[in-house]
Amino acid sequence: MPKRQDIKTILVIGSGPIIIGQAAEFDYAGTQACLALKEEGYRVILVNSNPATIMTDKEIADVVYIEPLTPDFIARIIRKEQPDALLPTLGGQVGLNMAVELDRLGILEENGVELLGTRLESIKQAEDRDLFRQLMNQMEVPVPDSDIITTLEEAKTFQERVGYPFIVRPAFTMGGTGGGICHNDADLNEIVANGLKYSPVGQCLVEKSIAGFKEIEYEVMRDSNDNAIVVCNMENIDPVGIHTGDSIVVAPTQTLTDKEHQMLRDVSLNVIRELGIEGGCNVQLALDPHSFDYYIIEVNPRVSRSSALASKATGYPIAKLAAKIAIGMTLDEMINPVTGTSYAAFEPTLDYVVSKIPRFPFDKFEKGERKLGTQMKATGEVMAIGRTYEESLLKAIRSLEYGVHHLGLPNGDQFELDYINDMIKKQSDERLFYIGEALRRGVDKKTIHEWTKIDLFFLRKFEHIIEIEHELKENPGSLDHLKWAKTYGFSDKVIGHRWNMEEEEVFSIRRQEGIMPVYKMVDTCAAEFESNTPYFYGTYELENESVVSTREKIIVLGSGPIRIGQGVEFDYATVHAVWAIQEAGYEAIIVNNNPETVSTDFSISDKLYFEPLTHEDVMNIIELEQPKGVVVQFGGQTAINLADGLEEAGVKILGTSLDDLDRAEDRKRFEALLRDIDVPQPLGKTATNEQEALENAELIGYPVLVRPSYVLGGRAMEIVHSSGELKNYMRDAVKASPQHPVLIDRYLTGKEIEVDAISDGENVIIPGIMEHIERAGVHSGDSIAVYPPVTLSEAEIDTLKDYTVKLALGLKTIGLINIQFVIADGEVYVLEVNPRASRTVPFMSKITEVPMAALAMKAILGVNLKDTGHPMGLAPFQDGYHVKAPVFSFSKLKNVDITLGPEMKSTGEVMGKDMSLNKALYKALAASGLEVKDHGTVLFTVADKDKEEAVALAHRLSQCGFRIMATEGTGKALESRGISCITVDKVREKENSLLKDIQNGSVQIVINTMTKGKQVERDGFRIRRESVENGIPCLTSLDTARTLVEVIESMTFNMEKM
Amino acid sequence: MIKERRYLVLEDGAVYEGYPFGADKAAEGELVFNTAMTGAQEVITDLSYTDQIITFSYPLIGNTGVNIEDNESLKATARGVVVREACTDPSNFRTTDTLDTFLKRHDIPGISGIDTRSITRKLRDGGVMKAVITDETYHEDLIELLQHSSFRTDQVKRASTKNPYISTGTGPRVVLIDYGKKENIVRQLNALDCDVTVVPHDTTADEIIQMRPDGIMLSNGPGDPADIPDQVKTVKALLGIPLFGICLGHQILGIACGASTYKMKFGHRGSNHPVKNLATGKTEITSQNHGFSIDGASLVGTGLEVTHLALNDRTIEGLRHTEYPAFSVQFHPEAGAGPHDSEYLFDEFVKLMKQKEANHA
Repeated sequence: MPKRQDIKTILVIGSGPIIIGQAAEFDYAGTQACLALKEEGYRVILVNSNPATIMTDKEIADVVYIEPLTPDFIARIIRKEQPDALLPTLGGQVGLNMAVELDRLGILEENGVELLGTRLESIKQAEDRDLFRQLMNQMEVPVPDSDIITTLEEAKTFQERVGYPFIVRPAFTMGGTGGGICHNDADLNEIVANGLKYSPVGQCLVEKSIAGFKEIEYEVMRDSNDNAIVVCNMENIDPVGIHTGDSIVVAPTQTLTDKEHQMLRDVSLNVIRELGIEGGCNVQLALDPHSFDYYIIEVNPRVSRSSALASKATGYPIAKLAAKIAIGMTLDEMINPVTGTSYAAFEPTLDYVVSKIPRFPFDKFEKGERKLGTQMKATGEVMAIGRTYEESLLKAIRSLEYGVHHLGLPNGDQFELDYINDMIKKQSDERLFYIGEALRRGVDKKTIHEWTKIDLFFLRKFEHIIEIEHELKENPGSLDHLKWAKTYGFSDKVIGHRWNMEEEEVFSIRRQEGIMPVYKMVDTCAAEFESNTPYFYGTYELENESVVSTREKIIVLGSGPIRIGQGVEFDYATVHAVWAIQEAGYEAIIVNNNPETVSTDFSISDKLYFEPLTHEDVMNIIELEQPKGVVVQFGGQTAINLADGLEEAGVKILGTSLDDLDRAEDRKRFEALLRDIDVPQPLGKTATNEQEALENAELIGYPVLVRPSYVLGGRAMEIVHSSGELKNYMRDAVKASPQHPVLIDRYLTGKEIEVDAISDGENVIIPGIMEHIERAGVHSGDSIAVYPPVTLSEAEIDTLKDYTVKLALGLKTIGLINIQFVIADGEVYVLEVNPRASRTVPFMSKITEVPMAALAMKAILGVNLKDTGHPMGLAPFQDGYHVKAPVFSFSKLKNVDITLGPEMKSTGEVMGKDMSLNKALYKALAASGLEVKDHGTVLFTVADKDKEEAVALAHRLSQCGFRIMATEGTGKALESRGISCITVDKVREKENSLLKDIQNGSVQIVINTMTKGKQVERDGFRIRRESVENGIPCLTSLDTARTLVEVIESMTFNMEKM
Repeated sequence: MIKERRYLVLEDGAVYEGYPFGADKAAEGELVFNTAMTGAQEVITDLSYTDQIITFSYPLIGNTGVNIEDNESLKATARGVVVREACTDPSNFRTTDTLDTFLKRHDIPGISGIDTRSITRKLRDGGVMKAVITDETYHEDLIELLQHSSFRTDQVKRASTKNPYISTGTGPRVVLIDYGKKENIVRQLNALDCDVTVVPHDTTADEIIQMRPDGIMLSNGPGDPADIPDQVKTVKALLGIPLFGICLGHQILGIACGASTYKMKFGHRGSNHPVKNLATGKTEITSQNHGFSIDGASLVGTGLEVTHLALNDRTIEGLRHTEYPAFSVQFHPEAGAGPHDSEYLFDEFVKLMKQKEANHA
């Protein structure tokens, strides 16, 4: 059916900030959708609160709003823009929830806005547990049996109906406290009784256990004419029990016969037909490994993380086609954009194997609970493609950037076998690597199968990898074995290790012997139709399909998986760099391994190599393509880390030279530079061992800021107040060595300022200056940043401008540079300089309209910035205020401390903009998920050093009508200053009344700052976790708290007695 | 690591080095590719592949091994199997054998370690060609031989059952003419209660009419329909009885009504082929395996109308006679392996038989 002519303007809702469970995949989906709608001639209005996305670029939609995703704000946009229709199924759960809410509030009807795509009733039917169950029962599709019980007897009746094993989940307890799996009558009596006791309402959900079943996903599409297809099916290697986002996944399914596949295909298609899905949909199924029994687990009636993965795994652009289905087009009239010659109504077929491995944040959160379960914990993922399963797995592993390169752990041989086995049974995020270690020690795969229920097919493949290791070791230098190992994805590094050679030696043997990878096309059709998709993966086979053009080319290295400290911002910069390269007339080639992102959409670059970002994999591509140079400054630490090796191998690194990069990183050289250009920095020293650290800290004076050199996201950075703390830090947190010294700086309490600039080596453009709300000491990525700065004097701004130009030119920057300053006692000091793309590039580009990444790329390509039409120096400040606020995913990460500090903890960001600062702050807070209330109770529990400031805040809140609650010490301080407050018992006293107050909603805001000392630390931790788990804002920086108070003051009235 | 070597030698002179599996022998055949990701067992036992060497474009073949339930015939007649990797440790609850032992038992050689995608690309661009799987290391003469050898034309005769047999049911009586049928056609008919009599390909029209069938099923089968004029004549004589043709059966019906066929460049082989049902306007995803197709231009005056079209290349995928109760499809509604989107055709066949019966009563 042709597209609809009766609608002209369509509103698209994005998914907001990156949080665990909702990451860059929605930037990819949303960008595709907006472009697809524009392509069909519609006027597209986009609303999203996340500035770090490609989709919020002006080029992507006709009108872009960066506003909080709340019904209130979206309603304002609807009233103003009067769109004809709303497309809700491309912005993740957030976008969908907004649509449901806007409909419920009558806003859509009031403004005559039609919902496109899947009908709302269908969405509800898919998402509501009971409605979905009813529908499945009606269709006779099996769902795991479940019931709500309040007595032991009811549990027994349930057991008689469904048999063992079944799961007990006590109602209203956090993180499944008191629940478990019953395998027999004894379990039943104990676990159910326990569960009923733990549940505050004496209620448990009992559900037939299907843990251990194969978890299979179908990505399906349907159009209004009832054409329904499967785009891709995927098998989770981790059976049912681990969230699919945290599972290692392979596409297509490997252990299903055609009978099983067709059975599940039929079910999936029947269900989306019955639901009336119009667009993309994800169906999750559980299949008994020992029979044809299956259950449907869940249906997601929208594009999802899995659909992004399926799109990248097959090449089939689900979001793009889903958007076109929403405006009435049908699959049989749309051309498959990949082949360009066949139609979209078909089922992609693969001639390769795809592996996806989740990327977890536990390198950042070492104390976090690492056991995987039904709550997703991964921040991102990597994907790899190979012609053998082993190849796809090993390529994915070395894409993770955990320091693992292979099926095992770097220090794996040092673990006791018992420990290894325990770790496998514990179902932690590192299970795959422990399995590798166990197999290496000769543990039988059947035993591991018993423990994990991972299918023997996969365990056999893991075992095969270990066998190849042994064969390599027994046959040093054998070319046949080298070839064999390469076809199974072994890296030169791992082969070299087995052969006692350097990675480079193996590489040169390969080059000499012509053992180089070929690149094959991802074309949706297993080569049945001729395609021109520039989407390639490497493998060791016969025929290379990647035709090298005669054009001059530039390779851009992407930023790999989304993780804390390296988010979607770097993908944004990568994509803009590619566009600028193309504009300059070069061929732009991307190397990246993240399936969620826009940069790995094959339509972005001239050529996409979906490959691991390791020295070897990148060198292989360079050998083939012979580019003019490689750009590393947009791909975060991932790309920077490769630069040295590439240059050593003779590759030209474009932009700021590595030597200058080193001058910014190397302490001594940096100090020399600052002396030369006369820019001050806080007193600081380096130390290569504990003794030196202690001596230097004494010299500088406590408190000091300590951190290892060469880091991103403030890893292992701490503020240290005493020699005792410093000793602990040197022993536990870092491995100092002459190659990797520890930096020790005087810690200055002052305003933190951040500046991004672009330079061509002679000229400098400074798009703007940001002032952080939180004082120095809170990682810049976790700070609220305000543009333009609000408290700076003209003189300070002039100094910042002057220092920025000096630093950019002094470091001979060609491209981007990010500088952090601190202003203490009226003096401007430089804290840190990073001559490369930063987290704030998209935010600053959007608000100042200086296309930073594009200009930087032009400078890298030799364009004089003066010829770009942009004024040199500091650009005039824009009207209004723009606030960037961090967003955290703490509720999803058990045991992680939420206190802000020098280590970055946020997963995403939002922007608030308005004409007044407080309104902009309000929007930023609202967009970050913090509901600003105008009354209620605030709990204060702060460290002694903070009591003075807390008193002032409490006073102001009390003036606004808030009730104040405080723990003993804080309470005394408040009362001594005439602020009446309710004093509550400390955590460990009595029945934990304080924690109860948080749980039962008596507290609306918690303000807590860290106190040193074991018991208080633990108490504070419990208060903070309790707040997070109950969805109560917990502010750990008084600066953030002050901002909140200011916002509250601006929206309430002062109640002063006469 | 596998040390032994085996070779796939193509008519155009290309030689691929790989590893041996399956039967220890050389074999010659027409090299074709199949793009399905599941159902290798069904494909290998599909008699339509008689005399063909099957290249699987999906790289991991035999992951679920072979079981006793999913065969499409008792004796596989494909000439050879070409894969990237043949799984030696299959895993599925129904697995009884590895692909390797299965092929050995059926005396079919296999070759693994092959860049099957490059072969698919070659066949896509150059069309199907003859090939040999061999352990010999000298190939010049073989290539010469391949270039001068011609295809056999007696595939149907060899693939068909030699004697009639019955697969009973309580419903309409169907005579299934076996040109090299897939078992799933019988299973599907039985599932609808049909009483099925499977007869050899050369059973005469009189013999069939004497069986008083309610309907006639023309099965799939191997080879070129132009090689079996007698079978075409038989079908011509049977027009009037409800008739349903699949694949080769579809082509035979077409020729019997006066249409002609042509050889496609590389055919349709896989489980993902979209077909447009012209009556409903909907697309069905179908399993296909054919190297010949009905020529659309030859339909004029045959009384046949097109019911299904391949979405991508617009080749004819389904026909219906405007006067006689006869229809046919080029694809495989019986699936095995493949999607079940077109199973409704069996219902239509049963309906047609019942209608006819009702008209007679």
